[in-house]
Amino acid sequence: MSEEQIRSLERQFDERIARDEKIEPKDWMPDKYRKTHIRQMSQHAHSEIVGMLPEGNWITRAPSLRRKVALLAKVQDEAGHGLYLYSATETLGISREEMYEQLHTGKAKYSSIFNYPTITWADMGAIGWLVDGAAIINQVPLCNTSYGPYARAMIRVCKEESFHQRQGFEIMMKLANGTPEQKEMAQDALNRWWWPSLMMLGPTDDVSVHTEQSMKWKLKRKSNDDLRQQFIDQTVPQAELIGLTIPDPDLKWNEERGSYDFGEIDWDEFWQVVKGHGPMNKERMKARVGAWERGKWVRDAAMAHAEKKRNRKEKKAV
Amino acid sequence: MSAKNWPLWEIFVRSKNGLEHRHCGSLHAADSDMALENARDVYTRRNEGVSIWVVESKHITASNPENNGELFEPAQDKVYRHPTFYDLPDEVKHM
Amino acid sequence: MKNENLYNYILGIADNSLILGQRMGELCGHGPSLETDIACTNISLDLFGQVRSYFQYASKIAGDGRTEDDIAMLRKEREYKNVLLVEQPNTDFAYTLGRQFLFDVYHLAFLKELQKSTDLTLSAIANKCVKEVSYHERFSSDWVKRLGDGTSESKEKMQEAINDLWTYTDEFFHQTDADKAMVVEGIGVDVTKLKDSYYKEVSQVLEEATIQVPESKYFQKGGKQGIHTEHLGYLLSDLQYMQRTYPNMEW
Repeated sequence: MSEEQIRSLERQFDERIARDEKIEPKDWMPDKYRKTHIRQMSQHAHSEIVGMLPEGNWITRAPSLRRKVALLAKVQDEAGHGLYLYSATETLGISREEMYEQLHTGKAKYSSIFNYPTITWADMGAIGWLVDGAAIINQVPLCNTSYGPYARAMIRVCKEESFHQRQGFEIMMKLANGTPEQKEMAQDALNRWWWPSLMMLGPTDDVSVHTEQSMKWKLKRKSNDDLRQQFIDQTVPQAELIGLTIPDPDLKWNEERGSYDFGEIDWDEFWQVVKGHGPMNKERMKARVGAWERGKWVRDAAMAHAEKKRNRKEKKAV
Repeated sequence: MSAKNWPLWEIFVRSKNGLEHRHCGSLHAADSDMALENARDVYTRRNEGVSIWVVESKHITASNPENNGELFEPAQDKVYRHPTFYDLPDEVKHM
Repeated sequence: MKNENLYNYILGIADNSLILGQRMGELCGHGPSLETDIACTNISLDLFGQVRSYFQYASKIAGDGRTEDDIAMLRKEREYKNVLLVEQPNTDFAYTLGRQFLFDVYHLAFLKELQKSTDLTLSAIANKCVKEVSYHERFSSDWVKRLGDGTSESKEKMQEAINDLWTYTDEFFHQTDADKAMVVEGIGVDVTKLKDSYYKEVSQVLEEATIQVPESKYFQKGGKQGIHTEHLGYLLSDLQYMQRTYPNMEW
């Protein structure tokens, strides 16, 4: 195909998206569209399964049976969501194994927030409330993204995630209304998770790459800074409601903007964690790689057994 | 490494009797029994189904969007297949 | 306590689900594939659901203000009545699924009998659980067959797991005092009667899995009397951590 032809195809392609038409796996798509989607969708899937680890850390220690089943169900959902997203990405011509390989070698990224440790029970509350809260803000617009399989996976994810944030907020509320010791535990968790949650919504608009293209393809509907503002504006009143203090001395309602002004984010910390030097990067990868390697003989056995079964069936048929 | 990986399966779930099976997603499994079990655990854990079909993805033959013109457009102008094509006097209320 | 035998009887049943559910819960996020992670978590969730039904009932019988969580998390090691099998660690996937399988076959047979209990709460719980556990048994026996009749490596691992876990199977069929009292009242299940069909069924699956049925006649017991293996203490320190560190609080 000549460059002229490709440009024309690309123009038609962009017009289809602008008309809100969905792109499906076998449709022609620009190479960059495919690559960008593989990157973003697999990154999203990786975040789900690495995200299972910090919360999985508290399943055996949940303080009540009710909390335990809720947490188990939530972490299980994350496995499910990882699975939906990996499957959706596979429609673009990459296998789950290849994506794992990219994750395990550090070539693919996942959400940096999961590189922080969960050291008290209140962290389960903070993650559900803040991290899932920020994730929802990111994810809801993706239900309407241009790539059909991604949009469908996200509709499923968003529907199922509706209980996740509530689960976390309920934990926090119970702690905040509990004994002084419990309240302190909740405040401490908020102090540690607040800033990483803000960072989770991505670098500021002036340094964020890919944004324009992503907007066009509906991989993104709002800029990082807008999303962050939305998150802060919705979360601050929730913290007030349960009597916890947002750990930002510069946080102040701005009547004129109808939004909260907030303090400086420590972007050095953000980049340090993104580059692999957060408190838990190495442990998280070790856990993922370990599970995958320890599981190899199991997966191989299942394949070998399936083949034996097939052969036996064929022999019988003859 | 690819030869030994669990293949991909497409999952179809009937949400209640009277409705058709609908495609709801895919998953990996070593064989059809495992695919059924996995589908039950992955796609019906919120009570979404009463029946499951699993089909190994490689067995699905799909039409090519490049042929959409010849495949689907010829049906667009066959308006006589739709009831609105036919004129009826207003007196005929239900037909 | 007026109904002490019934109370102890319920704990005996529920502790099996509690400890096994806890073991399965440890795996979440660390299994061989996403699909198996989701499946094992489902089993764990079923078991904890059962635990809650049993303990809520036990709490009513105790009638002294102890909640389901107090009963689940605030007993001492010697007061847990689960069989030794369910507390064995997740050494590898063959142990995990082998343990599950050896328990499921017993559990299902037990629940089918418990459905006939004259205690209506227990029979209602059993009615619900029987469906869940039928699926567990199908899932775990399928996996035992897969691993046994898979590669030579998996066969070896499966055989080793069955050999090691076999010693804990006979305990299912020992009666405690509470068991005996409950059988007399028509509430409990006579576990001694389940033994023959248990070994028959287990042997059938193992045969299909090309796994040798262990011949050892030496069995371990004690769990039902609260005399456990060394593994339980660590499991309990996780399970009880929050309740012990922060007593008398609501979560």
